[in-house]
Order: sequence, then structure tokens, then C-alpha cells
Amino acid sequence: MFSSFLIKYAEIGVKGKNRYIFEDMLVRQIKYALKSVDAHKAVTKTSGRIFVDFEGEFDYDEVIESLQHVFGISGICPMVRIEDMEPENLYKEVVKYFDNVYPDKNKTFKVNARRSNKTYPLDSMELNATVGGALLDAFPELKVDVHNPEITVTVEVREKIFIYSEIIPGPGGLPVGTNGKAMLLLSGGIDSPVAGYMIAKRGVKIDATYFHAPPYTSERAKQKVVDLARYVSRYSGPIYLHIINFTDIQLYIYEKCPHEELTIIMRRFMMKIAEEIAKETECQALITGESIGQVASQTTHSLAVTNEVCTLPVFRPLIGFDKEDIVTISKKIDTYETSIQPYEDCCTIFVAKHPVTKPNLSVIKKHELNLNEKIDELVKIALETRETIIVSADEE
Amino acid sequence: MKEIYLDNSATTKVYPEVAKLMTQIMLEDYGNPSSMHTKGVDAEKYVTLATKQIAKALKVQDKEILFTSGGTESDNLALIGTARANCRAGKHIITTKIEHPAILKTVEYLASEGFEIDYLSVDNMGRISLTELEEKLRPDTILVSIMHTNNEVGALEPIAEAGALIKKKNPGCLFHVDAVQGFGKNEILPKKMNIDMLSVSGHKIHGPKGIGILYVGEKVKIKPISYGGGQQKGMRNGTLNVPGIAGIGLATELITKDLQGNRERLYELKRFFLQEVSKIDRVCINGCDPEKVEETAPHIINISVKGLRSEVMLHALEEKGVYVSAGSACASHSKKESSTLKSMGATAEEMDGALRISMSEFTTHEELEFALQALREVIDMYSRFVRK
Repeated sequence: MFSSFLIKYAEIGVKGKNRYIFEDMLVRQIKYALKSVDAHKAVTKTSGRIFVDFEGEFDYDEVIESLQHVFGISGICPMVRIEDMEPENLYKEVVKYFDNVYPDKNKTFKVNARRSNKTYPLDSMELNATVGGALLDAFPELKVDVHNPEITVTVEVREKIFIYSEIIPGPGGLPVGTNGKAMLLLSGGIDSPVAGYMIAKRGVKIDATYFHAPPYTSERAKQKVVDLARYVSRYSGPIYLHIINFTDIQLYIYEKCPHEELTIIMRRFMMKIAEEIAKETECQALITGESIGQVASQTTHSLAVTNEVCTLPVFRPLIGFDKEDIVTISKKIDTYETSIQPYEDCCTIFVAKHPVTKPNLSVIKKHELNLNEKIDELVKIALETRETIIVSADEE
Repeated sequence: MKEIYLDNSATTKVYPEVAKLMTQIMLEDYGNPSSMHTKGVDAEKYVTLATKQIAKALKVQDKEILFTSGGTESDNLALIGTARANCRAGKHIITTKIEHPAILKTVEYLASEGFEIDYLSVDNMGRISLTELEEKLRPDTILVSIMHTNNEVGALEPIAEAGALIKKKNPGCLFHVDAVQGFGKNEILPKKMNIDMLSVSGHKIHGPKGIGILYVGEKVKIKPISYGGGQQKGMRNGTLNVPGIAGIGLATELITKDLQGNRERLYELKRFFLQEVSKIDRVCINGCDPEKVEETAPHIINISVKGLRSEVMLHALEEKGVYVSAGSACASHSKKESSTLKSMGATAEEMDGALRISMSEFTTHEELEFALQALREVIDMYSRFVRK
């Protein structure tokens, strides 16, 4: 019955003079998200409201599902737009609307009228009273409850009148593209896709780097990362995924450095390489899925040592999260099932039985000197031979 | 890049003749054999012919052949079908520890239905002991299921001897043989070997995937495990997969045409491979004495490389165009260790580094030489980085 949706956005409203930037980006992201919905549609912005209108047949559930992936949307209201604004007609339409949406009339309700069109003959208070009266006349079982109603029927009077009563929650956050771009270090695990999702939610565009170590990691492990990037891209939009062949660097470190320091040194080089690509592709920050104390390479000492190689800010949105909390989000964004597929990633190969948990920066740096002969060349080759693919949700 | 496919126990390339025949059936003779019109009659002819081709290879009657969706379904139907039909005679079933999951998981299910399962152990060559079988056979044993050829290491089980023993001790007990790996590489004659039921899969014999055979001896009672339109005497309901059936029929004919010649060639290749591979540092051979290859399957070779992990070697070989399998293709889904190797008493290190090389009638000496060279290079390269 609905062919229009009113899009509510929360935080954008408070961005002052920059507000239009956020709104325009939101409109763009909504259009992008609805690209694959096969129907005649229009996304329009008028005086602080965004509307999505459909003409003819369309798949309602698909639209809601798509909109729920657009950051910046706090609520989606399926609504009816009334062209004939005469009060008598308004009452008729509200009664019709209510009858359609709520087959069971044994409910409590209130009317929440908002008149931003001040030329309208009835003010908000009068609208509340008369529209409520019309509903009570039509459905005597209804009861008014202004404090705790089961149903709130909103009537917005603007250049047209909008009626809605249901608010389907959106994902919240800010429209992607309003806050620069960052490079996600994406592995096949549970954490990094969640980290990417969380930063994208703050309006940041995402690119990603994955460290592949054939033959230690398989083609399937790589496919898994591509699949994970695709899930994240349902929220973040297209992701440029850079795949680095890390095998030679890893083996070189394994050969030249103390075994317990392998992982930490490896991670330093991963950060370095990711930062190189980030700078090259105009990203302003790095993103990792690190969380304090989760593994040896994520103790506070280790994080400090890893962080030391970076000049760009490193966003670690999961830093204070427990594993359980991360798992909950990964289930919500559908990455969990993919993340737990048992393909080895490059961090687990050769991992020492007792890796250092309190690495000392000067010791690590001293041991890295063992790599002087070949490491720059290896890093250069890794960067030059990287494979870049564009991952987006609509080419599934 | 050269492609050397040595994973024929996982699946095989379809014979071109088979692919051609199936294409024709799908595009032209696409009728349903159950239909009364000519299109149906034409389709039925393919089924009749395929049945004859298979019956001839097994030396059994046409009416003893059932078509299924593959080895797994054949095993399920054989085990569950006979268990349910014969549960009044007893609830004891014997199988081995090294069966394919299609058998092991099915008997686990039957155990949950109240059947009692006994597992035969194997020696370090993967072979069961007839003495143990004799000891375990009881008056209330209704079914024994033993695989013909082990899929992971290529051990050959003493099927004819087991068949004779079962019938001598308990004539009412049924004998099922999973011949998914053995069929087409060995002569298997159910009547002679006292086999009551035999499972065969299409895609292991250069036929299509999604088709299998279950030979069910005339006098064997089984209950269907799925219900429907009454096809195949109601034992296996569902529209007949005519292209698949025609495909497995022709594949059976082709693979058994020169069975003896193929066997000799494969044994020759296996002997050569084992000889060469045993010269490589770190390599040990699982389940086969290179002096007595004829005691094992002609096409399956299993080796372990100490200190290296199968997965790594597999991918490194793949980069050189050589396709092999880690332990067993079926076992590699779960991260569990190969159950066959474990039952044979292999060490954790041996299981960790196990590779299965499986050949087909198309495998050549040159391909094996190439694969050996690749293996030498991979072992040489990656043994520098064994775990500290």
C-alpha cells in the first residue's frame, strides 16, 4: 500500500552550515543503495526531509533491506502522501490509512500533528484533536493515550500532507563519503570486517589491504577475504581491495629474526605496506581490528611497537571491545559465518609457541637490522606486484 | 601452464564420448522414461542400454541394478534400507574404522536408531583382519559393510574372503561393499564374492557427477529411504536421471574395456613413482610396500613429508600445475586428521604432511616425472622453513 518513504536522519541535523553536504551525500548513497531495486523511483530532498517515492510495482522488503544498509538513516517511515489537503479529505485519508495498517483496532493511540506550513487553516493542536476525533468516530474500540500510546499517527502538514505511524530503524551513523577515506587492514578473521563497518558508519569511505601468503594461504582464504569485503561494501559502498603477496617478506623475517618476534615484526611491515598504499591512494588514516589483549600482538606493549611505524592515524574502533561484542556485530552484518571458515591466514603460519607479549621497541628495531640486506627490495616488489580488485555488493 | 591432474580419487575428467552422449540426450532425447509417448520410449532405451552395460560388467542381472544420485546415496540406501528391512532378524552391524564418511556417518545415524555397530580395526597397511571379522560376527549380525578400496591410502580389503566367511558363519547376514574407489580398477563380481549390495559412483570412473549405482542382489530385501512416484520398483523414487544413467553406463563400458591392461599400466606407474619418491628426503610411503604394489590399489598413492604441512605442499604444487589432495579430499573439509591414517597408527607428523596422489588411465609416465620434479622442488624450497 505504501509507495513513499520518509527518511529520518539524526546526527546530520546538527551539522550547521555543512548540513547540505551531509544531506546531498545521503541522497547519493540512498540512490546508490536502491540502484539494484527494479522500479521507477525518485529520491528527493525538500526542506530538511528526504523522500523516496516509487511508481508502480516494487518489492517493499527489498527496499527496506537496502535502506537499512545506508549509513546516516536513523529511521525509515513508510508513509502516505495526500495531495487534496482539505481537512475533510485529510480525515478520510487518515481513517483509511489506519484501517489498512492496523486490522486490529483494540489499541491505544495518539495523533502527533506538525504544521510547518503555517498557511494551513488548522494548527497542530487543532489537528491533533480533529484527526483523533475522526479516528475515534470511525473505530470506537480505539482508546487515546497521550503518554504511552501503542500507535503514534504522525500527520505532517507541509506543501503536501504526510501520514505515517511506523518507524523502521535505520543503521544510524553518517553518510559514507562525508568523512574522507581510510585503509582497512583486512584479514579473514572476525574483527577486521567489523572494524571496517564501524568506521564506514562514521561516514568514512573504505579501501582495504589483504596480505596473502601462497602457498601457505590458499585461494579459498583469498576468496574468503573478497567475500568479507563484499559484505562490508553493502554498507560502505565499493571497496578497492589491494592484495599483497606477503610470502617472501614473511619467510625472510622468519629466517632472519628471532622466532618469538616474528608476528610483531611482520605486523610492523604490514602496517608500513598498508600505509604506503594508503598514502598513494589518498587515504587519511588506517583501520585495524585490534582489541587490547586479544592476542600477543595486541597487548598494549605490542600495539605501541606496531603503531610506531605509522605516521597516519590508526583507527582501532574495537580497541575496548570484548570478543563477544565483536561477534555480535559480525553476526549482525553477516560476516560471522564467512569469518569462521577454517582457512589459515598469514598470521597463524609459523606462529611461535610463546610469542613476545611485551616487546621492547629498541630490541625489535635492532633485530630488524638483520633484514637490511633485502627487505626494502622485497617491500618494493610486494607493492609493485599487488593485485587490486574493486569489490562491490551489486556484482555478487 | 601444464596441468597435471593427480586427484582422480576426488573426481575424474569425463570421457569425451560420455559428454557427447549426454549432450545429445539433454538437447534432443530429453523425454521422461515414465511418459507414454515416443519421447518417453526413446529415453527409456538409454536407461535399458545403460542397465545392460553395467549388469554385464558386474555379471549380474539387469533387474539387480538401481540408479541413485551417487556413491553417498548408494551407501545410505544400502545401509539404512537393509537395516530397516531386517531389524527383526537382529540389530547388529559390522563395518570398518576406515570407511568413507558416507558409511561412517550413516552407521552413526543407525546407532541412534538403536542398532549396535562394531568397527573392524586395520593393520599398518590399512587392511582388516578376517580373524577379527569372524570373532565379531554374531547370529544377530544383519549386515557387514566393508569398502573395496580405501580412498585415502588405497588399501585393498579382502572382499572375496570376507564374503565367503560371512556366508559360512551367518548365511542370513547381508554383505555390502562400497566400491566407489575400486570399481573400474579391479574386477568386482558380486555373485562370485558373495556381495549382496555394491555401491558405485559415476564421477570416479570418468562418468558424470550426480549419478551412482547400487547393485542389490535379487533376494535382498531393502526398504526405500525416500518416497515418490514409484520409479525403479519403488526402491528409489524420482524421475530417472537419463543423461546421468546413459553416462555412467557408457563410462562403465569404456573403463572396463581394457581393465587388465589399464591395471598393469597403473601398477607400473605406481611402482615407478614410489621408487622415485622414496629417494626424496623427508618422504615416507603410507600403506604400501614398494616391492608389493599389487597388494594395493593400482591408482592411489599416499605419502607423508615430515615437517611440512599437506596444505602448504598442495598449494605449492598447484602453483606448478600439479593437482593432488591432502590426505583425503573428503577428510579435508573437516580439519580433522585422516581417520584411515590414524587407524593405521600413523604419527601426528605423518598425518600432518600426508599427500594423496591418485591416477587414472590417462596418467602418463611423463606426467609423473613432472610431478616428482615439482615435489622435489617444493620439498627443497619449503623444508628451509619448517616450523621451529
